[in-house]
Amino acid sequence: MSEITIKINGETVTENVEPRLSLADFVRDHRRLTGTHLGCEHGVCGACTVLMNGEPVRSCITFTVVADGTEITTIEGFDEDEPMKQLRKAFHENHALQCGYCTPGMLVAARDIVTRLPDADEARVRLELAGNLCRCTGYVGIVNAVLQVLEERRG
Amino acid sequence: MGQFGIGQAIVREEDPRLLRGRGVYAGDVNLPRQAYALMVRSPHAHAEIRSIDSKAANSLPGVLAVYTGEEVAADNLGVPGMPVKWIRPDGEPMGYRPQPPLALGRVRYVGDPVALVVAETLDAARDAAEALIVDYKPLPSVTDTARTVDAEAPVIWDDAPDNVSALYQAGDAWATEAAFANAAHVVKRRFVISRVFAQYMEARSAVGEYDERDDRFTLYADVQYPHRVRQLLAEKIFQVPEQSVRVVARDVGGGFGTKGWQYPEHRLTLWAARKLGRPVKWSCERTEAVQADEHGRDNVTEAELAFDADGKVLALRVRTLANIGAYLSAIRNLLAAYTNVGTLVGVYDIPTAHAEVRTVHSNTNPTAPYRGAGRPEATYVIERMFDAAARELGIERTVLRAKNFIPPEKMPIRTPLGLCYDCGEFAANQEAALKMADYSGFEERREEAAMRGKLRGIGTANPIERSASPSPDFAEIRFTTDGTATILMGTKSQGQGHETVYKQIVGERLGLDSDSMRVIDGDTDRVAFGIGTMGSRSTVIGGSALYRAADKVIERAKPIAAHMLEASIEDMEFASGIFTVAGTDRTVTLTDVAKASFLPARLPPGAEPGLFESATFAPEDDTYPNGSHVCEVEIDPETGETNIVGYWVVDDVGVVVNPNIVKGQIHGGVAQGVGQVLMEQVAYDPDSGQLLSASFMDYCMPRADDFSDIAIVSNPVPTTRNPLGVKGAGEAGTVGALPATMNALLDALMPVGVTDLPMPATPHAIWQAIEKAKFG
Repeated sequence: MSEITIKINGETVTENVEPRLSLADFVRDHRRLTGTHLGCEHGVCGACTVLMNGEPVRSCITFTVVADGTEITTIEGFDEDEPMKQLRKAFHENHALQCGYCTPGMLVAARDIVTRLPDADEARVRLELAGNLCRCTGYVGIVNAVLQVLEERRG
Repeated sequence: MGQFGIGQAIVREEDPRLLRGRGVYAGDVNLPRQAYALMVRSPHAHAEIRSIDSKAANSLPGVLAVYTGEEVAADNLGVPGMPVKWIRPDGEPMGYRPQPPLALGRVRYVGDPVALVVAETLDAARDAAEALIVDYKPLPSVTDTARTVDAEAPVIWDDAPDNVSALYQAGDAWATEAAFANAAHVVKRRFVISRVFAQYMEARSAVGEYDERDDRFTLYADVQYPHRVRQLLAEKIFQVPEQSVRVVARDVGGGFGTKGWQYPEHRLTLWAARKLGRPVKWSCERTEAVQADEHGRDNVTEAELAFDADGKVLALRVRTLANIGAYLSAIRNLLAAYTNVGTLVGVYDIPTAHAEVRTVHSNTNPTAPYRGAGRPEATYVIERMFDAAARELGIERTVLRAKNFIPPEKMPIRTPLGLCYDCGEFAANQEAALKMADYSGFEERREEAAMRGKLRGIGTANPIERSASPSPDFAEIRFTTDGTATILMGTKSQGQGHETVYKQIVGERLGLDSDSMRVIDGDTDRVAFGIGTMGSRSTVIGGSALYRAADKVIERAKPIAAHMLEASIEDMEFASGIFTVAGTDRTVTLTDVAKASFLPARLPPGAEPGLFESATFAPEDDTYPNGSHVCEVEIDPETGETNIVGYWVVDDVGVVVNPNIVKGQIHGGVAQGVGQVLMEQVAYDPDSGQLLSASFMDYCMPRADDFSDIAIVSNPVPTTRNPLGVKGAGEAGTVGALPATMNALLDALMPVGVTDLPMPATPHAIWQAIEKAKFG
């Protein structure tokens, strides 16, 4: 067991955890923040994407002990975030979600795109979204939503 | 009330909570004192279990129990049962092979459940599972569908030495034979349709609870058919009164047909919860999901199409081997193999047809409905046959199709495979789709691509499918004293936007605004009855039931409104949520009538207080959504990589309640069809039967950069088979995409001599086909 201190969505928590505990399981089971979803447990689908010190990471293949001393933002931590507000509105208007399971991770990835790549075109958006699987939408609404926010932020 | 009616592209009610990560999925359910379960599964495709030694496992800290097949069998849990009595080709009855929740003496596919470990934590369960010693004696296995019927193939069930489970037939063998004998031209092809898996983003979970204070089981699980799960668990498995079981499904992260009612984990978590006196939680990991869940499709088909000298189809003959896996537990495992054989004739006016399906066993998972459930397969056969026939007859593909469409004036028509198509404009759909795709300009685009060293192709398909098959579903509108309404539905959303669509229907009919309604589904304690969501039935059947329930609300409210306005019932008019005394400006809202209904002093004499109405609707016949798909691809011959450069759909799903939601369903359906053609597969090693595609590293999933925009235009031809005029929309995209995409690939590769492709047509498979055509 190791003692770790992590700031999650602005709240500092200290706990003893097993080395094998993933950040996803820590967030979901120890902190009961169930908005971060597990889609594959091996880092491919992106559903578990959270921000660690502002950068997207796959929480399913990140060990909690590695997150010691970092700031983690999960989907629940973006309620008041400006780019995320724009994205939520655009996702809503563009039917960019159906079952909602990939959505938290998709939003974190989308937020990274719109804040990091302000000039991305459709091909680039599709490439950047390729790390997040969605089984329901065929990606049409998601791509349109991200393009809409990029345009809003440019204009 | 214009704002919230039928036909409006309303944004979804479900979105706000899902966008904030506040959905409640089965894996998010956590009960006090819950224990954690892990399934131990067979690593062999076929093996005898010589012994299981759980001593070491049981002694590890935190382990509460290690159960094997014998313990479960000792408690006499029942089996689902088989309502159909088919026969084998040799006349013997089809064998019923229910899968035991935990294996008894033998395992028959990689993933077959062997033991259930329950512990204080998941990690403790994992450690115990690793300490479990199972002594297997591996046996020869067969997983390849075509090889199951070979003389030397390993036998799964001793009383079916040819591995054939049953023979199913449709159509007229003699008339078809005669038509073939007189045909000017016969086109013959063989198709292999791959085995795939739904791969919903939410892998399954089950939290089972037994409360001994009221002798009740509660199952929290992501199921598409909550009431059917309840019925099975109560009536068949545990043999307790149905009220002793509650099933709760809240947000479900995708289902696609595969989140069915007979998974062993539902029974095992409840059974273990009762034994241990604590709730038991099981969550499936992704690498476990392909091993644990029911698979989709998987058949080998030989098809023949007979033509006269003018290119008119005379007859269709189809022989299919459908791989149903190692076990046969319930009718559900047969549905995809036979219920949709009817649409093998497609939208074409084929005078006679005969189809034969042999269901075969193999050392693989059971199969079950997966988006389309046999309809994509049927459409694949007929649409590929038309492309093949066009080449052989020298008639352009879309012209040959147009020659053979069933014209609108001939409908309703009973097809030679037993279905009754009621309406549709097949020629108009194709024309519109070809125009959208600029089909006539394609050859120029092919030339331009060739100059860049790329192979460009265009493919079409005109899907039709039976959907919303006759079976009832239920809707209740229940007002409360504050005048707001709860809408309780027997269907179960897994992301299709039911909350929104149902509110639109009630908004249209009763004029209530969104904030004064709440939609509930998925809880068998709250919703009186239901079948669930599958086969594109929810708007058709659930929506129609809701429409009828709304009518009943108006009828019940009318006398109360009349009494409140001191008018006679005959003078009452109702529109947009308001009762009006005809010819006056005296009004009362439905909301106020609802509030008043709970106050006896305000009611007419003899009126029953309260305002709650329900309706159950069962259509008389299926609906037939149909359409036309065009897919354009560009292949890089150096790498075999395919780029989808355009995809267009004209769809007829009848009246469109919400255009955004319909489009979303078609987008998603197209993606699953394209995925199966280009990349997805549940793959087994042909010799060892070892599962090769359990993780997302090996099971290739379609991504955002695999697609272009998918353009959709609706051409609704309303059906009269339900009060809303809707046809099912949930699976239509997949039904068309499977053939349209493959037809596009073959069109691209025809100039370089490739005449067929395996499914999936991966870059490697395409590259190999090109090389083989070059060098022979």
